[in-house]
Amino acid sequence: MNMAKNKTILYALILAFTFVSPFVFPNFGTQLATLWLMIIVALTWDMTGGQMGYNSLGNIFFYGTGMYVAALIAIGLVYDVGDYTNAAGGGIYKFTDLEYFGGMALGVLGAGLFCSLTAVIIGYLTFGLRGPYFAIGTLGVAIAAGELVSNWDWVGGGQGIALPVYPGDLDTGKVFFYFLFAAIGVSVFVFVKWLYGTRFGAAINAIRDDEEKADAMGIHTLRYKLYTWAMAAFFVGMAGGVSAFQLIHFEPLESAYQTINLGIFMVVCVLLGGKGTLWGPVVGAVLFHLFKEITWNYLLGWQWVALGALIVVTVVYFQDGVMGWLEHKRPEWFGIKVEKKIAGETE
Amino acid sequence: MTAIIEVQDVSKSFGGVVANQGVSLSVSSGAITGLIGPNGSGKTTLFNSIVGYHPIDSGSIKFEGEEISTFPVQQIARRGLLRTFQQTRIYGAMNGVENMLISLPHRKMKIWDALKTFTREDYERADHLLEFVGLYEKRMLKSGDLSFGQQKLLEFAMALMNEPTCLLLDEPTAGINPTLINGLIDRLKRANSEFGITLFVIEHNMRVIMNMAESIYCLAHGEMLAHGSPEEIQNDQRVIDAYLGAH
Repeated sequence: MNMAKNKTILYALILAFTFVSPFVFPNFGTQLATLWLMIIVALTWDMTGGQMGYNSLGNIFFYGTGMYVAALIAIGLVYDVGDYTNAAGGGIYKFTDLEYFGGMALGVLGAGLFCSLTAVIIGYLTFGLRGPYFAIGTLGVAIAAGELVSNWDWVGGGQGIALPVYPGDLDTGKVFFYFLFAAIGVSVFVFVKWLYGTRFGAAINAIRDDEEKADAMGIHTLRYKLYTWAMAAFFVGMAGGVSAFQLIHFEPLESAYQTINLGIFMVVCVLLGGKGTLWGPVVGAVLFHLFKEITWNYLLGWQWVALGALIVVTVVYFQDGVMGWLEHKRPEWFGIKVEKKIAGETE
Repeated sequence: MTAIIEVQDVSKSFGGVVANQGVSLSVSSGAITGLIGPNGSGKTTLFNSIVGYHPIDSGSIKFEGEEISTFPVQQIARRGLLRTFQQTRIYGAMNGVENMLISLPHRKMKIWDALKTFTREDYERADHLLEFVGLYEKRMLKSGDLSFGQQKLLEFAMALMNEPTCLLLDEPTAGINPTLINGLIDRLKRANSEFGITLFVIEHNMRVIMNMAESIYCLAHGEMLAHGSPEEIQNDQRVIDAYLGAH
């Protein structure tokens, strides 16, 4: 009972912090928004990587595609996309408040749905691959997508797309985007917390532990894999869509399909926090983001070296991550124990 | 008694190695049928053919009257024909209860049912079956940390959780200590009589199979050598020769 009460208090505290932090730390608005983005991509990466045993290096594909889909929907609703991208941000294209927010809402939602659909198609082609082959296969998809988009003039080619600026006060805009990311982040957490408790969650865990056995027990393995990735892609796509409007201007290789940045960061966050646990990706994202911001500020010039060192140390010495380490040190916190014999039972 | 599994003239080769050659047998519904034979005689290959792990070269395999030789593993499993593995397969990172809950039969589930949480009945059933195989006390431990024998028992309990109509057991007593074997024989028999599950068992331990099965098939060099009651098989000179290596 005490445990449940503590948990409720913990959740209340986190939620309260979520609400007040952009006002308490107004100078860190963008960093806090990025933190939520990291939490979103880490939690969704763990859905397939940690819970289902399919380590995708291509989830960044959904982020980038989400950006483009959201932007194209928002622009396409008002103007001709080809003309708009041709002007490359030239100022003749105005958006009213309704066009801006309406376009963003539809764009972000459309990005999520489109990414779900592509996840099913790509998953159908790549889920026959196992282990490192799946990782490399999905990485290939993300890299190829970045290159294709950067050669596609209709969507702005290598220059990318410049979206309209947030209509209104810039600081309000920061808070606005922070809360958009926070809302998606909280939704993802609540969603996966629920999902992992269902039969669906059990089935994807079974696929992770022994897919052949899961087959032999009659589980529709391919179907579960596709649905799981589609769900993950939905949230990543929406986060990408929000990022597009937050960044205002984005281009294909460095900001949309940024395989070596966010594409790798999300994996590191999960490994650092603990793969296959509910809280691991969240804890990992927070630690990673703190580490990244601190080294970027105080170790400038050496920040990538520090980051590389962190990755190496995590992968070599700390594979189970923070939550895995805790589970090993304090198994009783996780309910791992020998039960007393029940009365009347002989054996 | 009607046959639940009918194997007709099944042949299977891997490259130049003939694993099964014109094998025919039938497993009676509701009974316990045994399959014996020296190492490498093609018993596991036959099991794999029946449950759809690999396509057969020729012949026919019927389950409840339906031709299943072209179906993939999952489809056959969802028809209620299940197997356990010689090299025990359980979900090692999960505890016993989770292993059991995952094994709930998916053939009775619609996709929306997958989004439900496990009910109290599910948990009670899991606990009941874990108690049935004697693993109740260890149900919260990581099943990968259980001993090999206990993992075998867990795999058996998982199979029961799936409510199969027919269960193929690949050497259920291999690697289990003699005292536990007696308990296991008893449980296999009870699974058959109480839950009405047809059993088809590969076994090397003669004492076990003679004790359990009503009808026994003997394979040697990929071909069906003999078939009969336990007494007939025990006294069959060809079977004795095959096991003692008089070939």
